[in-house]
Amino acid sequence: MDKKRIVIIGATSAIAEHCARLWAQTNLIDITLVGRDTSRIERIAKDLQVRSPQSEIHIVKTGFIEPNVIQSTADNIFASGPVDIVLIAHGTLPDQIDCQNNLSTTHDALEINGVSPALYAEAFARHMAVANLGTLAIIGSVAGDRGRKSNYVYGAAKGLITRYAQGLQHRFAGTGVKVVLIKPGPTDTPMTAHLKNQGAKLTSVESVAKNIVKAIEHGKATAYVPCKWQIIMLIIRHLPAFIFNKLNI
Amino acid sequence: MRPVSSWGRLNALPHEVISLNHPERVQNQISKHNPGIAYGMGRSYGDACLNPNGILWHTTGLDRFIQFNDNTGQLVCEAGVLLRDIQRLVIPRGWILPVTPGTQLITVGGAIANDVHGKNHHVLGSFGDHVKHIRLLRTDGQIIECGPTLQPDWFAATVGGLGLTGVMVEVEIQLKRVHGPWLNTETIPYDNLNEFFKLADESEAGWEHTVSWVDCLTEGGGRGIFMRGNPGKTAQYNKLDGRKLTMPIVPPFSLVNTLSLRAFNTTYFNLMKWRAGTAITHYEKFFYPLDNILEWNRMYGPKGFYQYQCVIPREVGQDGVQSMLAEISKSGNGSFLTVLKTFGNRHATGMMSFPQHGVTLALDFPNQGTSTLKLFERLDIIVRETGGRIYLAKDARMLRDMFETGYPRLQEFLKYRDPGISSGLSKRLMGF
Repeated sequence: MDKKRIVIIGATSAIAEHCARLWAQTNLIDITLVGRDTSRIERIAKDLQVRSPQSEIHIVKTGFIEPNVIQSTADNIFASGPVDIVLIAHGTLPDQIDCQNNLSTTHDALEINGVSPALYAEAFARHMAVANLGTLAIIGSVAGDRGRKSNYVYGAAKGLITRYAQGLQHRFAGTGVKVVLIKPGPTDTPMTAHLKNQGAKLTSVESVAKNIVKAIEHGKATAYVPCKWQIIMLIIRHLPAFIFNKLNI
Repeated sequence: MRPVSSWGRLNALPHEVISLNHPERVQNQISKHNPGIAYGMGRSYGDACLNPNGILWHTTGLDRFIQFNDNTGQLVCEAGVLLRDIQRLVIPRGWILPVTPGTQLITVGGAIANDVHGKNHHVLGSFGDHVKHIRLLRTDGQIIECGPTLQPDWFAATVGGLGLTGVMVEVEIQLKRVHGPWLNTETIPYDNLNEFFKLADESEAGWEHTVSWVDCLTEGGGRGIFMRGNPGKTAQYNKLDGRKLTMPIVPPFSLVNTLSLRAFNTTYFNLMKWRAGTAITHYEKFFYPLDNILEWNRMYGPKGFYQYQCVIPREVGQDGVQSMLAEISKSGNGSFLTVLKTFGNRHATGMMSFPQHGVTLALDFPNQGTSTLKLFERLDIIVRETGGRIYLAKDARMLRDMFETGYPRLQEFLKYRDPGISSGLSKRLMGF
């Protein structure tokens, strides 16, 4: 049986890791885990190997910022053949107030959450176009749907991803390449641990991952996970400014 | 700070929760933020997993498998891995956890810290009997590697040690061979305790798993349902239908009350009586019937519930259980989830392990304040007189002298405590 070839950028992301677990437990896979911190990726690779001894698991340590590093990472991965699924999942959750007080924090947040995933998407898109095959999935966020005072730096970066994915979807319409934009709501991961201490209600990462894997399987253009966020964000996007501006969100 | 409850939902006091996600960072985290206590799935019923107004080290982020040997059944994993995930990983590959409690939604660290037992104690002992190695981190920076033969004193203190000897980050377990997920089971109604003990004794030789539900409201009797099972030979692996019910809200009063209980118990007894006989049962259904109702603990209403679980020696078992059931019946309090089971004659691995040779009775009571606590005091007297003890994983109210007489190895255990670790239970029963 042919192994499904999967690439995860930002493999230490909790959401991405849970997607990998689901893929590993239902299929034989050939998965490449891409990230910056080798020891953390190795821990995940070992875990996946126990879960799926027959799967092949590779680790790539690389950077997320330099365009030529991003390009060569994608080139190297595609040099050994086409890829069925690319999941771009890296990101951080910056503190909004820190961003307002420090432009370099803002810069870094925009770069790692917006520019970097877009560059990775572009780098892989080139190869996927040639192969005319595969699903390119990018994790955006409900925060990208409308700028809010509590986290518009993160929201703006994720908004960039929304437009970028839209553009790619337009470009690949009618081809063998599918582009899936995933917009998780607040999810219970290490990245949001401080929100939980403030009493936020978060969705479990297992159920978010399950929905993402399903959306990728169906090649859904945009997937809100869980889907209730589609309705919530529809309302938030359409609230007139005179109401929206009174909300403390 | 955020409110955290244990499974009994008796209170929700503020805790500072620190997530442990990377084994290599745990040492630093617990040295910097203490005193605290490791908190996994929060399934202990009382205050063993809580530290009100203090720190909790949340361990479910330590959930990676490290190594599994298909030939020998040795599994190495991080301490926050759930028993559910172990079962789902290993059963299709011909292995199973040798000992499992009535829920699989607990971490392996929690299973060791409470030295949990299952329906097969008379054959395979408790969870700690199958642990080969523990890596324990102390708040002073020490790393303790221990096992049955490696630093066995540390091992004996940590198995059943309620998380008070250090934070477990990595463990190795020996699994048991199994053909598949099925068990051959038999359900037998019984009319009184005499019959229960006869069934328990005659099942000890031929059956790996035995347990029973007892109707605590029957006058002077103790009718119940005896269940026993053996691993089946069918290899076909099926996952049970994933659909689960959730108790959606906390009702304003306990759904278990004097009005509902008699009806519940009679219905359940007759339903099970009607279904009596042999069957082939999936392990999830046989071991974890309540896991199918997520958050079932909410049915006891906003005041939560207590679980009273004790073990008393075999020789006085029948009289002891009889008098406890009589006390309960007399008090007007009642318990629906009443479990009666015998423990085998085995040496306990942990200094603070609960199981001992005898019979264990576990009962859930909605929290009705003083009247519930008064009933427990009367039950305590019976347990003490017979030389029994109360299960710490369930306890939220026992007094110190009851604890000290029930756990004779306490003084020995205290030497292994980590001074940077404390829990609600340790403060209540050990002074800090």
